[in-house]
Amino acid sequence: MDILNALVAILNFVIIPATAYGAQLAMGALGVTLIYGILRFSNFAHGDTMAFGTGLVILLTWGLQALGLSLGPLPTALLALPVAIAGTAALVLLTDRVVYRYYRQVKADPIVLVMASVGVMFVMNGLTRLLIGVDEIRFDDGARFLISVSQFKGWTGLDEGLALRSTQAITLVVAALACWALFRFLNRSRAGKAMRAYSDNEDLALLSGIDPERVVRLTWIIATALAVAAGTLYGLDKSFKAFNYFQILLPIFAAAIVGGLGNPVGAIAGGFVIAYSEVAVTYPWKKIAGYLLPDWQPEGLLQLLSTEYKFAVSFVILIVVLLFRPTGLFRGKSV
Amino acid sequence: MSTTRQAESTSLWRAPALLAVLVFLFVLEGTLSNAFFSGSWNSALGILNMGLLSAIMALGVNITWGYAGLFNAGVVGFLALGGLAPVLVATQPVPGAWEAGGPRVLLALAVGLGTLVVATLVAARVPRAWRFWAALLIISVGYVAYRALFDPAVIAIEANNPAKAGNIGGLGLPVLLSWPVGGLLAAGAAWGVGKVALGLRSDYLAIATLGIGEIIVAVMRNEGWLARGVLNFSGIPRPVPYELDLQGDPDFQARVAGWGMDLATASGIWVKLAYAGLFLVIVLLLILLSELALKSPWGRMMRAIRDNEVAAEAMGKDVTRRHLQVFVIGAAVIGIAGAMMVTLDGLLNPSGYNPLRYTFLVWVMVIVGGSGNNWGAVLGAVLIWFLWIKAEVWGPAVMALVTAPMPEGGLRSHLIESAPHMRFLAMGLVLLLVLRFAPRGLIPEK
Repeated sequence: MDILNALVAILNFVIIPATAYGAQLAMGALGVTLIYGILRFSNFAHGDTMAFGTGLVILLTWGLQALGLSLGPLPTALLALPVAIAGTAALVLLTDRVVYRYYRQVKADPIVLVMASVGVMFVMNGLTRLLIGVDEIRFDDGARFLISVSQFKGWTGLDEGLALRSTQAITLVVAALACWALFRFLNRSRAGKAMRAYSDNEDLALLSGIDPERVVRLTWIIATALAVAAGTLYGLDKSFKAFNYFQILLPIFAAAIVGGLGNPVGAIAGGFVIAYSEVAVTYPWKKIAGYLLPDWQPEGLLQLLSTEYKFAVSFVILIVVLLFRPTGLFRGKSV
Repeated sequence: MSTTRQAESTSLWRAPALLAVLVFLFVLEGTLSNAFFSGSWNSALGILNMGLLSAIMALGVNITWGYAGLFNAGVVGFLALGGLAPVLVATQPVPGAWEAGGPRVLLALAVGLGTLVVATLVAARVPRAWRFWAALLIISVGYVAYRALFDPAVIAIEANNPAKAGNIGGLGLPVLLSWPVGGLLAAGAAWGVGKVALGLRSDYLAIATLGIGEIIVAVMRNEGWLARGVLNFSGIPRPVPYELDLQGDPDFQARVAGWGMDLATASGIWVKLAYAGLFLVIVLLLILLSELALKSPWGRMMRAIRDNEVAAEAMGKDVTRRHLQVFVIGAAVIGIAGAMMVTLDGLLNPSGYNPLRYTFLVWVMVIVGGSGNNWGAVLGAVLIWFLWIKAEVWGPAVMALVTAPMPEGGLRSHLIESAPHMRFLAMGLVLLLVLRFAPRGLIPEK
């Protein structure tokens, strides 16, 4: 039995990647859940908004690199992020003004809003393609590793290495800051309290003089900021490919539903539940079994599900929640 | 939604007028040869055939959306699953594949399915607090048993002649038989999803179908034993003659000489016309069945449920059950279209199933054509498909015209190069405009 090496391997191959991925999902799910709480529909355009924002970040990054600007060890993309968020938020606010506002005014069925969001998804997808194309792009620069495998082995003298990529650390820091700021805003500020009131009871909020259009605008801006940040971090961590952002829509929706649609704390928990399950189920556990039980020689890789089926994990979790607890773990809305 | 769906009097001439426009467009495509039209009947008929297939997909979506207001975001999955049928039913058996692991795979699938059934039955009978854990325990045990049976069987099948086959092989039955089988496969998957996701919030079904769509396509890509996965499966038998056989047939040669046409072109057109006729028969048959169903008491009940669920429930209608029924029927129609599409291509290419093209474009077709109206869905599908294909050609042509005064250089060539992507933008705008200004579509529901 070699518990130390097994722990390091679990940390390196499961915990660290899943935590970074979970933080990205959580930020995406927060956006979906906020839009659901305030505007009361599932936004299918969320993935393509992420892609568009990330595309903008990449273009700005290239521009900054051409100017010779950088953040030293940090990726230049972080410098481009605020500008890209502003640009994407402007576009999203425009879609709200010309598309969604009308359906709010006529009090259309939620499913009609979902359909409209499919139209917006097409438009966003087309814009992303025009902006940056469909190819895979890597745009990370700066230091690659905070801890590299050889450094770690040198420090500890263990057989098993551990790497902490700088993008993973940045993801966690940015996500923590974003969540802290979001909850501070929702719980302390007047505008945040107005948002919560509007989400809880629309009529009462209107009665107490809250401006619904202002709440909606704030929601879009916050959701877009979270989406663009999540998309950029995901792109830095893996790579940018527009289609992947459409596919990540399913885990994000699953995370939001698992946590309870409309519940921000739930969205964060849901993001991590989905991420840990996805990585744990698709990781081949043979190496770790080899450390823990050296006498046991299993035939296969001890992989519950091959990596190509990682979306099946979100789907199964989604189904289980729908079957056993349709309002989610944290009691979201159920209309 | 009920406010936008009230019957209003609309012109009876809309459908014939749209049909006339479509005929005109196809004649232009077949005869005019310039920057916008190819002037080739082969190309025109090729677009028409895929247009007819899109029409069947649109009919399937229209049944679930137009009749019941359900949002199926997994069209691509049901389409891909239907496409499996021609491979499993119509291709020749692979020697040795069945012996290598066929019965074991079937046994494994039976164990997997049995586990789910047992888990459902047990979960329904134990106290509420234990339900989840009981189901989890049974499914864990069942999954281990399933994998223990399944993995070696699959490895054995895929090791059998891996360069040329490696799949389980077909039954060697007529390919036309595979079309209804494709429908059945899709219906089975739809039943499973619908059973879980229906009866909850309306967008849960959308999200669950989005998931099942991606999963079905992933299964088809990765399970090589089924239909060779990403290696693609080509050489699926055809219900119509091959071009080369026609060209070698003296009767056909004599007839073509009489028409004064080129032999290769004539054989291509002949084959495409045969497909078009076959597809048209199916489209008309499906429209007939849908219209009959819509005019029957069942159809009136469905529309009553759609327009006011609470009232229908008060009348004693089981809304969730009816929704499940109509969702399964819609998916079956999409599955039939999937089988037909693979037959037309002669190729199963699982990597080609793109959700934007096969789920959301079909939705644009239905919304533009007129949700709730079968003729609208069909004509809308052919129109949108025509525009979708031609936009790839028109985009750069228009862009070249627009940018003509600009100096030659990076920006102009970038604009022209990216013009084919404009069609995504255009389709999104079309969907949004129709949804906003003409929510009942080109040919509104009667």
